Amino acid sequence: MIEIQRLVKGFGAVRALDGLDLTVQQGEVHGFLGPNGAGKSTTIRVLLGLLRKDAGDVRLFGKDPWRDAAELHARLAYVPGDVNLWPNLTGGEVIDLLGRLRGGLDERRRADLLERFELDPTKKGRGYSKGNRQKVALVAALSSDVELLVLDEPTSGLDPLMESVFRDCVDEFRSEGRTVLLSSHILAEVERLCDRVSIIRAGTRVESGTLAELRHLTRTSISADLASAPDGLESLPGVHDVEVDGHRVHLEVDSTQLDPVLSALQRAGVLSLTSQPPTLEDLFLRHYAAS
Amino acid sequence: MTGTGTFLGIFLRRDRWIYLWWGIGVAVLYVSQAWSVDGLYATQAEFDKAAASMEGNAALVAMAGPARALNSTGGQVTWQAAAFGAICAGLMSMFIVGRHTRAEEESGRDELLRAAPVGRHAPMTAALLDALIANVLLGVLVAGSLAAYGLAVADSLGLGVGLTLTGWFFTGTALVAVQLTTSTRAAYGLAGGVIGVAYGLRAIGDVSAPVLSWLSPIGWYQAIHAFSGLRWWPLLVTAVATVAVVASAVAVFDRRDFGSGVLPPRPGPARAEPRLASGLGLAWRLQRPVVTGWAIGLLLGGLGFGALGDGVGDLVGDSSYSRDVLLHGTADVVDGFYATMIVMLALLAAGFSISSALRPRSEEDDGRVEPLLATGLTRSAWLGGHVAVTVAGTVLVLALAGLGLGTSYALVTGDAGAVLRLSVPVLSYAPAVLVLSGLARLLHGVAPRVAVLAWLGLLLAWVVLLFGGSLGLPRWLRDLSPFEHLALVPLEDFRWAPFLVLTLVAAALSVAGRFAFRRRDLH
Ligand SMILES: Nc1ncnc2c1ncn2[C@@H]1O[C@H](COP(=O)(O)OP(=O)(O)OP(=O)(O)O)[C@@H](O)[C@H]1O
Ligand SMILES: [Mg+2]
Repeated sequence: MIEIQRLVKGFGAVRALDGLDLTVQQGEVHGFLGPNGAGKSTTIRVLLGLLRKDAGDVRLFGKDPWRDAAELHARLAYVPGDVNLWPNLTGGEVIDLLGRLRGGLDERRRADLLERFELDPTKKGRGYSKGNRQKVALVAALSSDVELLVLDEPTSGLDPLMESVFRDCVDEFRSEGRTVLLSSHILAEVERLCDRVSIIRAGTRVESGTLAELRHLTRTSISADLASAPDGLESLPGVHDVEVDGHRVHLEVDSTQLDPVLSALQRAGVLSLTSQPPTLEDLFLRHYAAS
Repeated sequence: MTGTGTFLGIFLRRDRWIYLWWGIGVAVLYVSQAWSVDGLYATQAEFDKAAASMEGNAALVAMAGPARALNSTGGQVTWQAAAFGAICAGLMSMFIVGRHTRAEEESGRDELLRAAPVGRHAPMTAALLDALIANVLLGVLVAGSLAAYGLAVADSLGLGVGLTLTGWFFTGTALVAVQLTTSTRAAYGLAGGVIGVAYGLRAIGDVSAPVLSWLSPIGWYQAIHAFSGLRWWPLLVTAVATVAVVASAVAVFDRRDFGSGVLPPRPGPARAEPRLASGLGLAWRLQRPVVTGWAIGLLLGGLGFGALGDGVGDLVGDSSYSRDVLLHGTADVVDGFYATMIVMLALLAAGFSISSALRPRSEEDDGRVEPLLATGLTRSAWLGGHVAVTVAGTVLVLALAGLGLGTSYALVTGDAGAVLRLSVPVLSYAPAVLVLSGLARLLHGVAPRVAVLAWLGLLLAWVVLLFGGSLGLPRWLRDLSPFEHLALVPLEDFRWAPFLVLTLVAAALSVAGRFAFRRRDLH
């Protein structure tokens, strides 16, 4: 679906994308994450043929998004993070406008989505709140009959109820074998929706894989009360930040190296043990923080 | 009122460059007249002769103002610069008021500031004070530079104070306009329309119906008779009118909600018409109100000028000399007058054409284009729709201006043939107008950030038309204005060559702009 290799894009002196790679496969919901200014929106704009790449290779449905923009756009729908509506068009008109320009929209789904998102289509652009402007773009995108959804922080401004409607819609969309690229800062949303994620920082990809794979790359934290004082824990591979206080021990261990640690603890006799799986938050914080 | 001071401080800081440029520009406008007049005429006799011919020229009177003491430097300065200076003060006031009130409200930035402990009226009061101060600066610069040049101090002061007060009046009308409308664009349209009507009323009034000039703030300004028996009392009218418009702006403000206009929002259609979903359909829908507004405005302008009929000949009086050296060296007063009015109408239409050509840029600026171009709509189709509206709208606006001119002239004089004779020439300026908007399109394609510079083309054309002679501008500079090349119909015979060449130039500029746009990043 999407193949990006060594993509470079600069704005004057700023290098927004610096050799970025990104692959999105058919039928998956792909999370696209990174700190503010990492280059997510820039990547999406290049992918939509709105910006011209400086170097690298970008393929969308196997074609060049700059050259074949209009043809490719009929097969996708895009929701920007900041939706600006025309002050003198109603929400309903905008939905129809975008849908028809994309090559037609599904009338039943349009009506259904308007209802589910509780959106009044007769209001003029300036009469909508931020969340409602977002909904106009979402309804327009979701009621189009397309293969790929490109969403750039689509839920910024949605209330929790509407966010859950949005998640259901994305689930339904995926269940029909279609593909989603979702840039988001809401970790719960990413965790709930995404099959695979790519994390970028400063214009390059730092991590990519399924959530399970990524979890694997981080550390589990373990606290235990032991029957006797443990020893030799520090020397085990992948163990960090060991704190021993009498018979109490706290440590962090790379998720791939759990087994030897548990054996060592068992040797000392385990009275109680709590283990914290890595949260997504830790994962992201580790990747987001400049190393 | 709490917080007014803080707001005013911020506004003044943000506006200091605007102040400076407008101030310098307007002061130069006044002083350059004095300077060029003094350089142009070697002897008083020569000056008297030229003045006599100008006095009898209805076209010049309509463009500049009542002809008084034109054989003196001060009289010339007043005549040439006052109306134009008042327009500048009006535009400056409009932009200052607009950008600190409606534009801020529209963008939502205002809310950030309003949420701070400030009074409801604080931003509006600060914007008002800001514009008032800017106009004081304008007046001081004009009065100061004229006095420094060596003209009579009292009359220089009169021109300065009058300019300030006229600017204040237009500040008031701009403040009303931003209350009545819900978008900055519409507010500028309304406030700009008020300035245009003020100018038009006094143009017609000065030529044949003096009472109309008394309905115009620009007319009040010129009624002080600077350098020809200065009197101050007309400015009292301006002052009273200013207080009245500001008070009504405040009254309207108190009756409306934040972020809205006076009229409550009405629900619109839940579904789009089928033809909206195309580059052309969308562009037409977006630009329709603007096209309609300009079309009506220019129709009225044409009707107004045409209503002067043959009366323009009366101005000339008996001086056989003035008949001989009338504008463009012909004795046909009426044709000379209408030839100039036709160029004026075409220049006004250029205002529409340029703003329409810049519309795609503001759409892009406001972030409304990205979602559109992420659909099957191509860049060429999107921009092409706007281009079509600009070109067709330009032709429409010109046609209506011509129709108004010809029809009302025919009604007044009973000369039915005049309908065609006067309306077709207006249309013949379409290529020149489209060259200016083609320039705007080229800038939008190549350097969108500085696309507003396209207005300089219109400014140049205006300056060349209004002051080309009086300032003694060099030939090459005058030739830069596309309007200089076309035949002055009905005074001269229509010529195909410049018409076709300008058409090609306009098309080339437009195509180059569209080509550049297709190849650049979207902003
Ligand atoms: N038109 C532009 N001109 C100049 N710099 C730009 C432009 N667009 C983006 N940038 C720069 O490129 C970098 C990447 O921006 P981008 O908008 O892609 O970030 P992002 O990952 O979407 O961030 P966020 O999470 O805040 O949306 C930033 O440093 C930004 O300042
Ligand atoms: Mg972004």
